[in-house]
Amino acid sequence: MTDGTPDRAATYDPGEFWDEMFLPDRRVRESCRALHERMRTIGMEELRRRQGLAERALLELGITFLVYKEEKGVERIFPFDVIPRVVPAADWSRVEAGLRQRVHALSIFLTDIYGEQKILKDGVVPAEIVLGAKNYRSEWRGFTPPKGVWTHVVGTDLVRDKDGAVYVLEDNLRTPSGVSYVLENRQIMKHTLPEAFAKSRVRPVDDYPQKLLETLRHIAPDRAGGDATVVVLTPGLHNSAYFEHSFLAQQMGVQLVEGRDLAVMDGDVCMRTTRGYERVDVVYRRVDDDFLDPDAFRADSMLGVRGLVAAYRAGKVALANAIGVGVADDKVVYAFVPEIVRYYLGEDAILPNVPTFVCVRPQERKYVLENLDKLVVKAANESGGYGMLVGPHATAAEREEFARLIEADPRNYVAQPTLALSRVPTLTAAGVEGRHVDLRPYVLHGKDIWVMPGGLTRVALRPGSLVVNSSQGGGSKDTWVLRD
Amino acid sequence: MLSRAAESLYWMARYMERAEDVARIVDVNLSLQLDRPDNAAEQWRPMLAIGELEELYDSLGVGSATEDVLHFMSFRTENPSSILSCLSLARENARSVREIISSEMWEQVNSTYLEVIDAAETGWWRKQPHRFFQRVRIGSQAYTGVCSATMTHGEGWHFLRLGELLERADETSRILDVKYHFLLPRGAEDVGGSLDQIQWASVLKSVSGYEMFRKRFHDAIRPASVASFLLLDTEFPRAVRYCLVRAENALRSLPGASAEPPNDAVRLLGRLRSEFDYKAVAEVFAQGLHEFCDSVQARLAAVGDAIHRTYFALEASS
Repeated sequence: MTDGTPDRAATYDPGEFWDEMFLPDRRVRESCRALHERMRTIGMEELRRRQGLAERALLELGITFLVYKEEKGVERIFPFDVIPRVVPAADWSRVEAGLRQRVHALSIFLTDIYGEQKILKDGVVPAEIVLGAKNYRSEWRGFTPPKGVWTHVVGTDLVRDKDGAVYVLEDNLRTPSGVSYVLENRQIMKHTLPEAFAKSRVRPVDDYPQKLLETLRHIAPDRAGGDATVVVLTPGLHNSAYFEHSFLAQQMGVQLVEGRDLAVMDGDVCMRTTRGYERVDVVYRRVDDDFLDPDAFRADSMLGVRGLVAAYRAGKVALANAIGVGVADDKVVYAFVPEIVRYYLGEDAILPNVPTFVCVRPQERKYVLENLDKLVVKAANESGGYGMLVGPHATAAEREEFARLIEADPRNYVAQPTLALSRVPTLTAAGVEGRHVDLRPYVLHGKDIWVMPGGLTRVALRPGSLVVNSSQGGGSKDTWVLRD
Repeated sequence: MLSRAAESLYWMARYMERAEDVARIVDVNLSLQLDRPDNAAEQWRPMLAIGELEELYDSLGVGSATEDVLHFMSFRTENPSSILSCLSLARENARSVREIISSEMWEQVNSTYLEVIDAAETGWWRKQPHRFFQRVRIGSQAYTGVCSATMTHGEGWHFLRLGELLERADETSRILDVKYHFLLPRGAEDVGGSLDQIQWASVLKSVSGYEMFRKRFHDAIRPASVASFLLLDTEFPRAVRYCLVRAENALRSLPGASAEPPNDAVRLLGRLRSEFDYKAVAEVFAQGLHEFCDSVQARLAAVGDAIHRTYFALEASS
């Protein structure tokens, strides 16, 4: 590819997909001119050398996770590809408006279903789907979270199909992770391809921690005044996202705590410090609802803090994200988000959903069962690529297994057509080849709704693979959102 | 600061210091051997005794070749004091306080660890053992420098210094003790002889103290002057007294340390330090160097326990 002319690839094959860098005739997209020109100038060998340097830097930064080989824990970096994904300004402004609209609508939706339930009464979303969702917590009905905000941190997965249209693949409203990779990837890329970076006019992402801190301070109880004590609550060192928890705490300049560092004293949540107990105002918790407090949820939780939930209910401490928001990223509720947007905002959704078959509807279930070899089936509340069937790539036995699961519990399954995810040129053993990607931008909801200009581009490194999850051979790329 | 974080900082510092101390001792013993290549196995015994490792060494059936001992001291994870064990623990502690220490501190701990892992995997240390120990020492020294230059000298820093200085005081007392115990009275003809001189010089070298000692004492290297230098000097940074004075400063900078009556940690460390302030080296020898060093180690352990009780083990009252 790199020996082509300035505006055209010599050997790279964009294939039958939407390629983020090249047009079907191999001409370079306008937005990628500076990047492509730079890659062409430095050449393949130098590009590989820089890839090596980037990997070494990630290892030294300790951005690693444990993989188990022959019963021995080996640290590996989250695979990183040196060729960034470029998003032109016009594409981005549409994404940004779409995300803002979606998060806004879901926020009203949460207030409604934990309040008057008008949307259920009006029959826009079937009541049994919402009230029967695994993550609908009826005991929280009537509760208003601090400042009325439910989902302070959102990570929405987007994909681009063959025709170039951007779809929402799923919403992540609980504790979406990955933003630390966005920030670290950016640091690495600035050192790796500085010339192309400068010429491309990339929008910065570095202010995310500051925005996050503002979002968290916004929900502090009034008694904290202007000086709220914010902490990040982590399940601990062995959690796969520990690096991120620690990174965010460090970047915000707040304490990283584990459940055992906290105790509830006289109704307040306090942390054990070398000066005794210190009151906490806001907890950015990276622990699931179920493990927050053995008194309120799972009694066997070793990660939680006894009394935390009662303190939250009493307004003594704020939690981000709020308890019970998982109902809104249930994959069945997802199918109704376009109607939810229309119902509350009176607008069409800017970013469409991927067409989704809801197995609880007999007609659609029948279609799904008859077309398992063409569809992707997802369980309502799984993530990380688990509980999923990619029909075209599955064995007959796997399809039968899912058919049984769907028949047994149709409420728990949805299916979508297999999308031809867009591709980005990626450095491989054979040279530069197209690999499928998705995109997870991050949205903060505090005083207002803020969309980070960029996000985590996840790339399926195996040839032809559509699964971008890091647990299944995925890696990441820096995402360059360009200025106007 | 969180109690848990304070504890991690304290132990991160102790383990980094210990890794460096082990590298120093092994390296010096290695070069000492070159002066006396016969009976190699026996010569490693004092070093194993310093770390209270003789039993483990024997039970693991480690070979007696120099390379076997070096491997045991550097890489065996069964050996809690091996360089790799110390660095792993330092790194795990550092990882749990990454948000508190500076990024550069973490990167320095991490890259020192990765370098040792690389040496273990590729085996390059077998060809250049001296260079290997030097790399560990430099890694630890770079870490100390980065700490001092990039971390706020507040509470966390004082916990870190406390850990480092108590560890170093303990190590210096052990080095001195072992020399006295194992090497000195081999027979009257050796005392003050050239071999004895070489051995005392090696003790000094293992704490990088040879040159500084020479600037202070110009005549032959005598046990009393070495003991005086390593125990009672106020300016040599690896002398026990120096470490105690600075450790006490660090402890006194912690919250609650000026309360009356003083907490156990302040009381025990202050008492030990003041004893060193007024100790004559003749008194040390009258008591017996070994007995004296032994009691110092026991009292340092008591200080460590008191720090744990006072600062790390806060129990919930409700």
